[in-house]
Amino acid sequence: MQASPPDSPSAGPASAAVGVSVEGLAKDFSGAPVLRGISLTVNPGEIFVLMGPSGSGKSVLLKHVVGLERPSAGRVLVDGHDASDPATRGRVRMALVFQAGALFNSMTVYDNLALYPREHRLGTEAAIRDKVMRSLQILSLENAAGKVPAELSGGMRKRVAIARALVMEPQLMLYDEPTSELDPVMSATISEVIATLREQYHVTSIVVSHDRDLALGIADRVGILMGGRLVSLGPPADLRAPADARVADFLHPRIDLRNPRFRRLAV
Amino acid sequence: MAAETSHAPEENESILTAAPKQVVRPFVRVLEGIGSCLRLLAEAARHAPTLPRQFGRFIEQCYLIGYTTLPIVGILSFFIGSVLALQSGYAAANLGPKQFIGLLVGLSMARELGPVMAAVLLAGRVGSAIAAELASMKVYQEIDALETMNIPPARMLVLPRLAAVLAMMPVLTIMSDLVGWFGGAIVAKYTHFISIEPASYFATMRQYMDFGDVLNGLVKAEVFGFAVVLVCCNIGLNTRGGPREIGASVTRAVVTSLILILVLDYFVTKALM
Repeated sequence: MQASPPDSPSAGPASAAVGVSVEGLAKDFSGAPVLRGISLTVNPGEIFVLMGPSGSGKSVLLKHVVGLERPSAGRVLVDGHDASDPATRGRVRMALVFQAGALFNSMTVYDNLALYPREHRLGTEAAIRDKVMRSLQILSLENAAGKVPAELSGGMRKRVAIARALVMEPQLMLYDEPTSELDPVMSATISEVIATLREQYHVTSIVVSHDRDLALGIADRVGILMGGRLVSLGPPADLRAPADARVADFLHPRIDLRNPRFRRLAV
Repeated sequence: MAAETSHAPEENESILTAAPKQVVRPFVRVLEGIGSCLRLLAEAARHAPTLPRQFGRFIEQCYLIGYTTLPIVGILSFFIGSVLALQSGYAAANLGPKQFIGLLVGLSMARELGPVMAAVLLAGRVGSAIAAELASMKVYQEIDALETMNIPPARMLVLPRLAAVLAMMPVLTIMSDLVGWFGGAIVAKYTHFISIEPASYFATMRQYMDFGDVLNGLVKAEVFGFAVVLVCCNIGLNTRGGPREIGASVTRAVVTSLILILVLDYFVTKALM
């Protein structure tokens, strides 16, 4: 089943998008530095894509924005509120689409989506049902409502995770590798969904991804993290011919069978 | 040379500090565990007013903690009562006062073995399941997902379990007491070197025991059950790493619970004397 771009159904009223400000953010785990003084700003309503090699600290940065990690130094402000303060999650509606979905395995897809409005008592059961079914419809998942996550394919799990985030009517949407492990068509579909959600709800989006097509296709700006440092920040057009050799190698890696990379790295 | 000289004090320092650190670390870990449990308890208590609207979860946990544990508590208590009667009958065969077998089984079950066995089975059957479920939710980022949704895990996952164990432990303990007494009565009647009629067995029990003895056991059971569920929730929610850590958390939860039951048993018994 393919998700079609949402043209008519709406998951709920649009809400004011929020900005994110990262100021000198540093993080180390047991003395090993992961983030080294990151500073950047994400504007309200922007789609900001964060790219970088595996282990460069992209997901850790995302966890700081949503308040799941505390900085070793520096701070992250979401709409002016400190992200590491648990109260910020009460002030700003943030949703994180986890890489593996992080769906509640003991619940059906419907209950996964209905959990947030039920727990926060955001309407009657009938109103919640409408909201959940609208979100499922946007992601072409109406027929999956009664299934449990174990019965879903990887692509469907990602879409359910996005639908669950959508039910929250977030002001800030964070995506951790939304197109990893998906085929090219499904990856394009997810990219379209992210872009359309921004257009429809004016939500601020931060997307962590390795997907160059996604970055070029939907990003307003792209940041590139390497070794815990932000080495590049600019519009996606800059990615076509990057000045930095490391960035160029990361974005346009050449397969050289005569002098393979793993042998060069070993030396 | 200069570099070697400058490193010497650091090496001496590490030799001197390494041994005490090894000794101190387990105590620090125990204190950290206690602190973490108390923090979780405070967090769950803060959400206590939300319990009425979590009635469905409370009932579900009552079913899992109480109803599904009843059969195994019954079987074990029956044989514990039987063995108690058998051993005391064997000892009394040489001494004479066989009529006190009923009292011995009755008091042992009500004041000690009923609550302790119910708590031990709770730790093995329910505590391990709680630790496994919450550890799995932590490892697969379901707990992180709850936090990003501003749904405190202490409210949704811990509070209904703590309330359910408080409601179910008296039921399990009374069941354990009754079945244990019944098991002792059967053995006392049908074992040839004891041969005491149930009427006589229960008469001694009624004569020398009062409701205070049963209440004493119920208080202990509440303390043990509450501690077991709190510890297992805390260990599950603090799991770090990959799927392998789920098994490690379950083992840690059950071992910690068993030690805790016996340690608390001494202090609660002393406090209730």
